Amino acid sequence: MSTSQATGAAAPGVTASLLMRLGLSPRTAVIAVPYVWLLLFFFTPFLIVLKLSFAEIAIAIPPYTPLFDAEGKLQGTLENYQLLMEDDLYWRSYLSSLRIAVISTLLALAIGYPVAYAMARAPKQWRTLLLMLVILPFWTSFLIRVYAWIGILKSEGLLNLLLMNLGLIDQPLHILHTELAVYIGIVYSYLPFMVLPLYATLEKLDYSLLEAASDLGCPPLKAFWQITLPISLPGIIAGSFLVFIPAVGEFVIPDLLGGNDTLMIGRTLWVEFFSNRDWPLASAVAVILLALLVVPIMYFQRQQAKQQG
Amino acid sequence: MAQANVERKVFEPWRDPAAKPHLSLQGIRKQFGDFVAVDNISLDIYQKEFFSLLGPSGCGKSTLLRMLAGFEKPTSGQILLEGSDMAGVPPHQLPVNMMFQSYALFPHMNVRDNIAFGLKQDGIPKEQIAQRVDEAIEMVQLGKFAMRKPHQMSGGQRQRVALARCVVKRPQLVLLDEPLGALDKKLRQQTQFELMDIQEQLGLTFIIVTHDQEEAMTVSSRIAVMDEGRIVQVATPAELYEFPASRYVAEFIGEVNVFAGRISASGEDYTEMNCDDDCRLRADQPSGLREGEQAWFALRPEKLHIDREAPADTSVNCRRGKVLDIGYLGNLSIYHVELPSGQVVTATHTNRSRLVERSISWEDQVWLSWAPGACVVLDR
Repeated sequence: MSTSQATGAAAPGVTASLLMRLGLSPRTAVIAVPYVWLLLFFFTPFLIVLKLSFAEIAIAIPPYTPLFDAEGKLQGTLENYQLLMEDDLYWRSYLSSLRIAVISTLLALAIGYPVAYAMARAPKQWRTLLLMLVILPFWTSFLIRVYAWIGILKSEGLLNLLLMNLGLIDQPLHILHTELAVYIGIVYSYLPFMVLPLYATLEKLDYSLLEAASDLGCPPLKAFWQITLPISLPGIIAGSFLVFIPAVGEFVIPDLLGGNDTLMIGRTLWVEFFSNRDWPLASAVAVILLALLVVPIMYFQRQQAKQQG
Repeated sequence: MAQANVERKVFEPWRDPAAKPHLSLQGIRKQFGDFVAVDNISLDIYQKEFFSLLGPSGCGKSTLLRMLAGFEKPTSGQILLEGSDMAGVPPHQLPVNMMFQSYALFPHMNVRDNIAFGLKQDGIPKEQIAQRVDEAIEMVQLGKFAMRKPHQMSGGQRQRVALARCVVKRPQLVLLDEPLGALDKKLRQQTQFELMDIQEQLGLTFIIVTHDQEEAMTVSSRIAVMDEGRIVQVATPAELYEFPASRYVAEFIGEVNVFAGRISASGEDYTEMNCDDDCRLRADQPSGLREGEQAWFALRPEKLHIDREAPADTSVNCRRGKVLDIGYLGNLSIYHVELPSGQVVTATHTNRSRLVERSISWEDQVWLSWAPGACVVLDR
């Protein structure tokens, strides 16, 4: 017993001294963990993709030319990026993705805000349950939930059956394999990501602020625009990013619910990688997509930091 | 002398039967489920008054204030502001502004915008708003902080912004909900006087809710003492202190010694009581009580004379006891004296001359005596 106690007491000492020998204080070590994680699982793969995007397609395994030839000379090419500029398929895919993502984000905001507001204003004992209900869909696989929408939206699906039985329509509505179905799928899938940050900010909102506004002569609707909305802006921004970013690169939803004419960059990427086996071009598509997303987000965050500081 | 008396201005509209009340509460009652928060309150408040609602937490004073702001509707009764009924008027249309206990400053607006918010709602021209906001900022001495946001300011500064915001519209009623509750003692005392100055300067009617009797005594023209949803007494600070209507009021306002007993004699200008521990007390005040009825004599600590020597007449208004504790506060000393019955009486003594040697010490047998005019006779 005394030995186990002794080793138990010595254990942190051993770890600490090991870290010291590596030139790290325990404090730095703790802070380093997320950075190491990002380095290993984000930055390194990104570098590989970046390297790939300068290669050429080749019939080989893997199917591209190495960055350095046999004599160790750099043999990178900008051809892939050039092609992206020239072929308007890619530009149209990017623009169409951005458009679909923007509209889906706005729809999710329009639906998510009232939901989050109602949750934040619900009696305290209800809130945990409501929060659970928002998270509940995550317990089922994302893929299965998107598949389920096919059953709902198809011509002889649940929605059309319901509407026809109610006598609201004579002919089944053609929703599946249209852009509308893509919107439905994206908004449905990402709504919780909008609701949760909004709920977090709205729940913190001090109700006496609205009373103060009313007391100073501001009618309720105006108070919403002048007080509630500006104060919940951080939640709106966080929720919008959480919906917008995955929506831009979304592949599963447009592939399952969208039509052949639904152009999204995620799908284009997939086709390049797996149908055309053009890894270098696909990598270039991915790099541009990342640049398109990261640059405005970083700019935005800097503006925000400036405002708060 | 006589001239000086004539010129002395007394602000006491509640004594003038011809004066019209600015705000009139008539049988106000508020119920939350089974709980009666405010029970049948009728009250008249006059223009330019600084009126306090004083009571312990849960006595209904904040609920009453919220009804005046229009946030709660009375279950029954009427609130008349300048003769017109407030019922059915939404809060944003009432000419009443409230300063919240939490201040409720808009966190996303700077000081200027916070103060201007109310004026903007009324569609006043921009130049006028700017001018009035400037005046308000100057009044609360926040010129240097006009562009700061609430989270960049101290509690005392935020309190000033909240005050400026709720008076800038010159409302017919200014409601203050524990306005100084979050400040430390020194700042609170200083701010009390500023609050009075501002109220006087603007000539507005203030109603303040507080649980701090000192604060209420300092700032108010009149105080309503509340207990369990009812008003126990409405009076000026001096009247409340010197002539409390009940033991509850006497004990709530300042410190008091209460002797219980039965009336032994009473007349037009005196009341006599036999204490429960056999001691004669006399007050030169009629009580309307009959012989044998239960009564209480209330006596403020500073009105007691404490001495080691027996007074000339020990038969009336005189108690003997043993010193338990002495508290030296600098300006005055507090003595706790235990009577033979076990009751502990508090007496204070102003230290007029510098204290070199205390004449009274712990465990000393002392005499407590007082003039017949010092007592108040209470029947409840």
